[in-house]
Amino acid sequence: MSRARALALRDGFVSAGATVVEPPILLDADVLLDLYGEDIRGRAYITTDALRGEQMLRPDFTVPVVQMHVAGGQEPARYTYAGEVFRRQDDDPERANEYLQVGFEVFERDDVAGADAEVFYQVSQAVGHLNLRAAMGDIGVLMAAVSGLRTSERRKAALRRHIWRPRRFRALLDRFGGRTLVPQSRAAVLAGTARASGPLTGVRSQAEIDARVAALRADAEEGPISGAEMEGFDALLAVRETLPFAVRQLRDLSVDLPAIAAAVRRIDARAEALSAKGIDVEALEFEASFGRTSMEYYDGFVFGFYAARRPDLPPVASGGRYDALTERLGGAGACPAVGAVIRPGLVAELEASP
Amino acid sequence: MTLKLGVPSKGRLMEKTFEWFAKRGVTLSRTGSDREYAGAVAGVEGVSLVLLSAGEIPRELAAGRIHLGVTGTDLVHEKLPLWEQQVEPVEEMGFGHADLIIAVPAAWVDVDLTDDLDAAAAAFRETHGFRLRIATKYHRLVREFLRDAGVADYALVDSQGATEGTVANETAEAIADITSSGETLRANHLKILSDGLILASQATLWRSRTAPLDEADRAALRALLAQLG
Repeated sequence: MSRARALALRDGFVSAGATVVEPPILLDADVLLDLYGEDIRGRAYITTDALRGEQMLRPDFTVPVVQMHVAGGQEPARYTYAGEVFRRQDDDPERANEYLQVGFEVFERDDVAGADAEVFYQVSQAVGHLNLRAAMGDIGVLMAAVSGLRTSERRKAALRRHIWRPRRFRALLDRFGGRTLVPQSRAAVLAGTARASGPLTGVRSQAEIDARVAALRADAEEGPISGAEMEGFDALLAVRETLPFAVRQLRDLSVDLPAIAAAVRRIDARAEALSAKGIDVEALEFEASFGRTSMEYYDGFVFGFYAARRPDLPPVASGGRYDALTERLGGAGACPAVGAVIRPGLVAELEASP
Repeated sequence: MTLKLGVPSKGRLMEKTFEWFAKRGVTLSRTGSDREYAGAVAGVEGVSLVLLSAGEIPRELAAGRIHLGVTGTDLVHEKLPLWEQQVEPVEEMGFGHADLIIAVPAAWVDVDLTDDLDAAAAAFRETHGFRLRIATKYHRLVREFLRDAGVADYALVDSQGATEGTVANETAEAIADITSSGETLRANHLKILSDGLILASQATLWRSRTAPLDEADRAALRALLAQLG
């Protein structure tokens, strides 16, 4: 039932111009561990053999599709696929550890807003009969806001690194904004009174320790991020409106955070491209903080479709832009891309109980 | 059927467990030769003794193959993600105290908090081209703790013993392990992160929520718990 639904959805994407691809189920774990870090071990099944080392049961299709494209895809390209993904579930026996995904991925260099709108449109067409709630965000506007802060590159790098970990990001921002007290142990390091309680062992060298102490001192000498910028950032993170109102709010915010202006124009252009495809943008919700958890490779447009009458279900469809991922796997100048997946199992479940 | 009580099959943990029960009028003993893992219970009716490795007791409790079991909080939490649904703590036994902690080289003056560890990990990866390695056998607990603490750019490497030695041996940069007095850590020139306590563990008597009980078992359980309480 789900499988038939999956193949029908895939056929829909083929009609929209996509080529069918069939990535492998077993992936080289190193690549995924490098991208996602150790957390992926808690979310994916890993197995090993003596010859190839650690292999991961495909937790999603995006990485292998990007790898296939980088290995010799034409530009622009549209791909679709249908198959199982595997997610380790340690905490909740109700959540599926194996389910089908159908995806649509667009590699397109020139018309970024058009590609974003195309992916959103195709998915909304595929699930349109289910009366789902659509929500979207844009990681790019947060990235731009960080880049524009009048503060050191080191602080910006620390914030960028944790943009997908909202709590840690908040703690860093508060520290750089002078909103939190300096911990005692750090005060001792800054004052030069912290002493090693034993001889140095291990790979991390004295030079590395000294470099971090110097970095901490340099950071302490730098003033806090200004109150106006901090307030602007707080307001940015709190934006939650229908798309046209959100764009208006973001434009207002770009007075205090001029660095986001270009990103806001991209959101505006995307809204126009969506409108041109007949999408009712007045009904779309935009949340600045949307997609900041468990979507670590999305770095621009992000969206999801939810069943309002079934809040217990995960998103029926979700997607976003992952330009940085294509660069990580394909090198500088790699083709930017945007894509989405639908869970046909959830589609079938909702269709069975209208 | 009898009520099955699982206890650690060797070492101090077994001795302390035997003492704890003896103080409450329940005599546990190993029977047969020193090498034979068979045991007996005296002082209460309808209870049989199952000698097991402390590490297997959580699984046996969760599977319902034993009704009661003695093992550390650390092992229950590591091995049973849904432990609250599978087992219930009956009594903390006041021995086998051990803290699961994160420790780093004592010479790392710049690292005292998980926040520091995260910053050091980012710089380490930049410098060495691989993620900062943390040696442990408590993979799940450590990963969850570090995720909540917002630490990135680390890798867990498996270490089933002599974990404190991995840093000097250059197979890890930090460790996550259980410690009671901290002596082994100090001897290996390691220090505990100030906010690096993952779990405070001690030997605990657990009751399985899944093991089937007939009338006689229920009576035996009531009698045993009354005597222990």
